[in-house]
Amino acid sequence: MIALLTRDLRLAVRAGGGFGLGLAFFLIVVTLVPFSVGPENMLLTKIAPGILWLGALLACLLSLDRIFALDWEDGSLDLLATSPLPMEALVSIKALAHWLTTGLPLVVATPVFALLLSLPEAGYFPLVLSLLLGTPALSVIGTFGAALTVGLKRGGLLLSLLVLPLYVPTLIFGAEMARRGAQGLDMTTAMMMLAGISFGVIALLPFASASVLRVNLR
Amino acid sequence: MASIWQYANPRKFIETTDRILPWVAGSSLMALVVGLVWGFFFTPDDYRQGSTVKIIYLHVPSALMAINGWIMMLVASLIWIVRRHHVSALAARAAAPVGATMTVIALVTGAIWGQPMWGTWWAWDPRLTSFLILFLFYLGYMALWAAIENDDTAADLTSVLCLVGSVFAVLSRYAVNFWNQGLHQGASLSLDKEENVADVFYHPLLLCIAGFVLLFVALVFLRTQTEIRARRMRALLARERLG
Amino acid sequence: MELTVQDLSVTRGGVPVLEGVSFDVAAGEVLILRGPNGIGKTTLLRTVAGLQPPLSGHVGLEREAMAYAAHADGIKATLSVRENLAFWAAVFGTGDIASALTSFDLAALADRAAGGLSAGQKRRLGLARMVVTGRPVWVLDEPTVSLDTQAVALFAQAVRAHLAGGGLALMATHIDLGLDEARVLDVGPFKAKAPDLDDFDGAFL
Repeated sequence: MIALLTRDLRLAVRAGGGFGLGLAFFLIVVTLVPFSVGPENMLLTKIAPGILWLGALLACLLSLDRIFALDWEDGSLDLLATSPLPMEALVSIKALAHWLTTGLPLVVATPVFALLLSLPEAGYFPLVLSLLLGTPALSVIGTFGAALTVGLKRGGLLLSLLVLPLYVPTLIFGAEMARRGAQGLDMTTAMMMLAGISFGVIALLPFASASVLRVNLR
Repeated sequence: MASIWQYANPRKFIETTDRILPWVAGSSLMALVVGLVWGFFFTPDDYRQGSTVKIIYLHVPSALMAINGWIMMLVASLIWIVRRHHVSALAARAAAPVGATMTVIALVTGAIWGQPMWGTWWAWDPRLTSFLILFLFYLGYMALWAAIENDDTAADLTSVLCLVGSVFAVLSRYAVNFWNQGLHQGASLSLDKEENVADVFYHPLLLCIAGFVLLFVALVFLRTQTEIRARRMRALLARERLG
Repeated sequence: MELTVQDLSVTRGGVPVLEGVSFDVAAGEVLILRGPNGIGKTTLLRTVAGLQPPLSGHVGLEREAMAYAAHADGIKATLSVRENLAFWAAVFGTGDIASALTSFDLAALADRAAGGLSAGQKRRLGLARMVVTGRPVWVLDEPTVSLDTQAVALFAQAVRAHLAGGGLALMATHIDLGLDEARVLDVGPFKAKAPDLDDFDGAFL
């Protein structure tokens, strides 16, 4: 399991791995927002938590189809399926690798991007905490979508269509937590719900992902 | 008495539904015509909402069927996963566009009703939002069916998607409720009759709901038959190609 | 250790292609499947390897006993030959990759990026993976594609070493490997016939 994780991380970091693409995409989204809604700081302050959450979510979505597609094309996925590694462990590791290469960098970079959108000072900690709690769920749910569409040519658009509705609860609670935090309101409920969703999907969804991956491999 | 599963044989299913389809379709038409005419022309205007209230005869039944359609797909998917009867998977596939259409009807009639009542075509009210999300789930489900060539693979994948989607749909419902407390009036119908809409509206509404249920059943039967025949045709073509 | 396949029926794309396939391969034996293209050799091998469920019938060994290799070798272009092999050794819980490297004459290439290998060298790397799995049953689908004569001889040697160690092999190939002890099974006679259309639920197949 560790071997698979280190291999995936190594592949992501080496040339052509696409590491950092998500971050660049996130930066571009954040840059484009003031162009589309205007440069007033008041407005930006108000929408900053939501925009940052949406940007992180889209950046996450962007790299989902790479989770299995490359391993599928070169046959590694078949070979992994015949290995001693249980399929549930395989999809969990894949989700973890995706989070480490996409989700975690987003969480770390968010405070910098938040500056660009004049997030109030009180909002930084809740925003980072909400992303830290929420992005694992995005990776795990995304892995399910990627497992559903692996092997489909031009599956990228379909993947978005399948995954985005599943992202709704995570986005609602995550952005709500960040927003309440920025306004200095109580954010306990949203935080509990967000954490609940994350832990729930991490515990349960790999079973569904593994079963659809098995179907797709036969 | 033979087991209920005998109807899972495609041929048996087509024979049986052929026999009862005209009756279901006929009674659906009757119930809808009587219910709608009664509802539109022979009930008084509401003292607050005027005649606009009469759109409930389309709005409430279609909204009910939008949700029940998804539940039916969920049950059919479970049957496919557990017992692997092809008819069950095809029935789920057949129900999706019908359910999606019901969702659109519910959304559109809701907008038409909302405009004079709330002064806006659309509001991000929890119920409306939930229906929009439900519609997205229907879209994804249908898109996945359409994208996969192998029928058994598609049936397996869409079944799991339906299961997972159901959990997330319920989760979304709660999330949306938490996110915005809305304008929408409470449920118009419940088993506790005290809380129901007034009697004069109640009876034609029940008739309309029955009509929509029967209409849904008739359409699903018809579409399942089509899916079975299309599936059979693809199987024969595949067999021919292999020689 | 013996691989017993009983009355196996396999499907491709929901259509049965082979039915009633039975054979056994004892330890130290190699069985070569022959038959025209499209008859279902790949499907049969994938079913035996546990990658897809059989329509009916029985494969006598758990998939945990098998190592499978097909046209795609699962090689990562940006990893070196050694890293590629070490990864599979780690996944299968075996440590030693040195003997696999030498038996396929890859030691000199060990630190090259796998993306820079020729097709034949990649294939050798893919076959070296079979050695590091440490699994007793090799299931090989056209293992000699893009190998030159010398490499085919290396491969035959590796198979012999595997058999000598108590392993067994099942492969589909069209060329003569020089493995005189190999048994050959023609899968042509197992071609599936049209099913009974009144079959419960089976009217689709």
